[in-house]
Amino acid sequence: MEYDVVIGLEVHAQLLTRTKIFCACSTNFGDAPNTNTCPVCMGMPGVLPVLNGKVVDFGIKLGLAIHANIAPRNVFARKNYFYPDLPKGYQITQYEYPLCTKGYLDIDLKGETKRIGITRIHMEEDAGKLIHDDCGPNSYVDYNRAGVPLLEIVSEPHIAGTYEAVAYLKALRQLLVYLEICDGNMEMGSFRCDTNVSLKPKGSTAFGIRTEIKNLNSFRNVQKALDHEIARHRQILETGGEVVQETRLWDAVQGVTQSMRSKEESHDYRYFPEPDLIPLDIGTAWTETMRRTLPELPFEKRARFMHQYDLIFYDADVLTQTRALADYFERCVQLLPAPKDICNWIMTEVLRILKEGDIADLKVTPEMLIRLIKRINDGTISGRIAKEVFDAMADTGTAPEEIIQARGLVQISDETHLREVARSVIAANPKEVESYRKGKTGLLAFFVGQVMKATKGQANPTLTNAVVKELLES
Amino acid sequence: MLETARRYRSDGISPVRVVQDLIAKIKTEPYNAYISYDEEGALRTAREAEKALEQNGEELLIGLPIAVKDNICTKGIPTTCASHILANFVPRYNAHVVERLRALGAVIIGKTNLDEFAMGSTTISSFKGPTKNPWDMTKTPGGSSGGSAAAVAAGLCAGALGSDTGGSVRMPASFCGITGLKPTYGSVSRFGLVAFASSLDQIGPMARTAHDAAILYDAIKGHDPKDSTSVARGYRHTPLDGIDLKGVRIGVPQVFFGAGLAHDVERAVRYGQKVFEELGARIVAVDLPHIPYGVAVYYIICTAEASSNLARYDGVRYGMRASGAKDLLDLYLETRAAGFNTEVKRRIMLGTYVLSAGYYDQYYRKASQVRTLIVKDFARVFEDCDIILGPTTPCTAFGLTDMIDDPLSIYLLDIYTIPANLAGIPALSIPCGFGDTGLPIGMQLMAPAFRDDLLLSAGIAFQDVTNFHRVKP
Repeated sequence: MEYDVVIGLEVHAQLLTRTKIFCACSTNFGDAPNTNTCPVCMGMPGVLPVLNGKVVDFGIKLGLAIHANIAPRNVFARKNYFYPDLPKGYQITQYEYPLCTKGYLDIDLKGETKRIGITRIHMEEDAGKLIHDDCGPNSYVDYNRAGVPLLEIVSEPHIAGTYEAVAYLKALRQLLVYLEICDGNMEMGSFRCDTNVSLKPKGSTAFGIRTEIKNLNSFRNVQKALDHEIARHRQILETGGEVVQETRLWDAVQGVTQSMRSKEESHDYRYFPEPDLIPLDIGTAWTETMRRTLPELPFEKRARFMHQYDLIFYDADVLTQTRALADYFERCVQLLPAPKDICNWIMTEVLRILKEGDIADLKVTPEMLIRLIKRINDGTISGRIAKEVFDAMADTGTAPEEIIQARGLVQISDETHLREVARSVIAANPKEVESYRKGKTGLLAFFVGQVMKATKGQANPTLTNAVVKELLES
Repeated sequence: MLETARRYRSDGISPVRVVQDLIAKIKTEPYNAYISYDEEGALRTAREAEKALEQNGEELLIGLPIAVKDNICTKGIPTTCASHILANFVPRYNAHVVERLRALGAVIIGKTNLDEFAMGSTTISSFKGPTKNPWDMTKTPGGSSGGSAAAVAAGLCAGALGSDTGGSVRMPASFCGITGLKPTYGSVSRFGLVAFASSLDQIGPMARTAHDAAILYDAIKGHDPKDSTSVARGYRHTPLDGIDLKGVRIGVPQVFFGAGLAHDVERAVRYGQKVFEELGARIVAVDLPHIPYGVAVYYIICTAEASSNLARYDGVRYGMRASGAKDLLDLYLETRAAGFNTEVKRRIMLGTYVLSAGYYDQYYRKASQVRTLIVKDFARVFEDCDIILGPTTPCTAFGLTDMIDDPLSIYLLDIYTIPANLAGIPALSIPCGFGDTGLPIGMQLMAPAFRDDLLLSAGIAFQDVTNFHRVKP
């Protein structure tokens, strides 16, 4: 039987606020255990939470960016369960009245746009971290993360496959990073993803039984886990079995999902309104203030790049992957209005050097890149030599002119000199000359190549072509 | 309090001596009013107070020995909530109210006994044993702030702080013949008050007179950014000379005088009503139709919140930890089984139940809706009157072992006090007579939110013409 895959995603995005959601402790990652703690985030007796307004700011920004309704009245709730990393025995979150509802994100699927609904976004606090002793029976708790603000972003079950799921997550992460509210680092846990997946007979309107997979800390793992889980569901259904509704854990080492807890074992969280926090009213003034701080969003920037710089979708999409790269491109264009040349340089050389790295670490500034391109345009160096110069610039951070000078890479455009070299090349290859003159004109490239070799690549290619051709045909 | 403050200034009595005498008395006091005292800290602050007085310090609270209920955090001093589970807990922060008192020069003399986690009306469930009523050592002082009430009544402090979730300041005040205020919800910061039921808890002053209670209330009230439910505006200063009650409308709801009210209590409260009439107040009949649901609503909401508030006592970070636990679940079970007493466990169970999936709508949500109706009842009644008058408790203090196995009857003792907590309005208990066996009786006054000043000044006016508050055990 043919099946439709139905996926819904829950993302927890750790926010880039300086302090925690309900106290003044630092959110800094990687500090010594339990140094960023205070009586409030340790859940000591008698202390009370005070909401960090920045968390609301960030939530509103994301809500506006995904065209969601911003709730005028927000109520925090307690989610009650026992675990050592949860200091108060409950998590302060939102339940019946979340910050944002009914938004969407348009994702690009190999040129086609698909709209993925976002059910809700709510604010909540993160828990601490358990650290298990490698050699002993003890476990320890680090509460530095307890109280770090999170936005939970819940999608509609609109995602029809693994590829779409990853595309949605990438688009969402890009948006969060653009808004500068989350660093999007999956390995460090600042962008975490739980997935809900089910299969139903193709075209059927009734949903199948779903499973939830937790512990997915990279796009690769999301993809592998979903592929595995979809295959598992399909196999169960095809052999007449029934999927068990449960939460499963992705085991990246073995490449399988494993049952964590069944529906019957699931927690009863006993949600109720948090009496220590008063309802939070968000007026239009607050929302409008946040709207004014919104940067140009990825899809807006991409559209503008296509229009303003006459770029194709793919190029504009790559250039707008991050704000920093887009800014790099635009700074270059400001210095030299040749967007297509610059785009080519970035798409090939800049991204080749950069790989996964940060453009801020690139030693070739826009100013340097433009000077390099200008040296090609004014005939000082050839395009081929320019690539060598670019590598040297990226390596050392030295100006292009300096590298060209120091390495003697200036193009030879002296016709007399080139003619001399060409003559000796022709004299040294009588057989090839004969073949050429008999009609194998393709050998022109061979002669030009020999001239290039003799001049260590510095010969002006256009001039060399003309000179060689003239000598051969004279 | 006022008296001690005068003696410091006119008779040259030193706070150091007063504190020394008190500590000596506390060490041998027979009521078990205190869980702990801070001799060193109290003497140090008394010496500071002595200096401040030499420099003609004007703050009335300078050098006054104040007792603090042991569920209010005191930096460096154990704060146990009368529970085994917090027996070794020493906070590294002061409650906001303690900071305020200290800043005004008061001496924190010690920590008073209570029902475990303030859950109870008798001060019997404390891990330190019951507090005894100074009027009759075989009787309960009421609760849960029974230690503070007994300490004030027995002269073991100048004034005290209690906490009131369903009557825990007013009820012991009534049983011990003193004055106690449950302030407007949000007018006194809860920061540092160990939470029982967050939407109901409020710290309140307990003292011999309404005048003293007013001084304490004015010292601790006010906005605190560390408590999100603390209100920023709307406070009025209490006129300490009392007020002219002429034309003040006092509402007397029939529902407070129904079945279950002891006749000696009714007689005393009616007498109090007459005093107000003689002072010029006009009595009006008012109706609070949803009050009969108050106790049921209260025991759903307060247990729900308590079950969540007390989840943090798990043996992981502080407080008691059961030894020899096999695994995590065992650690939780053993610690909490050994750390909490019966009544606390009962309320955690009840609260967990009413919040459970499938029961939430039936219990918690329904209770919240009825709570809103009670709030509306009061709002409507306060269009017709300025103050509501009634008894604080249905009876006078009873024997220490009388109702030990009857939690439901004990819950019903809060029938008159609970509504003010549900509605967030202020309520004051002042002595208005003595019962058939000579035990004190309290009368309760309630006012609209942020009219604590009206209650206190009405209490001052009442005490200007009565002597019940002057009688000592």
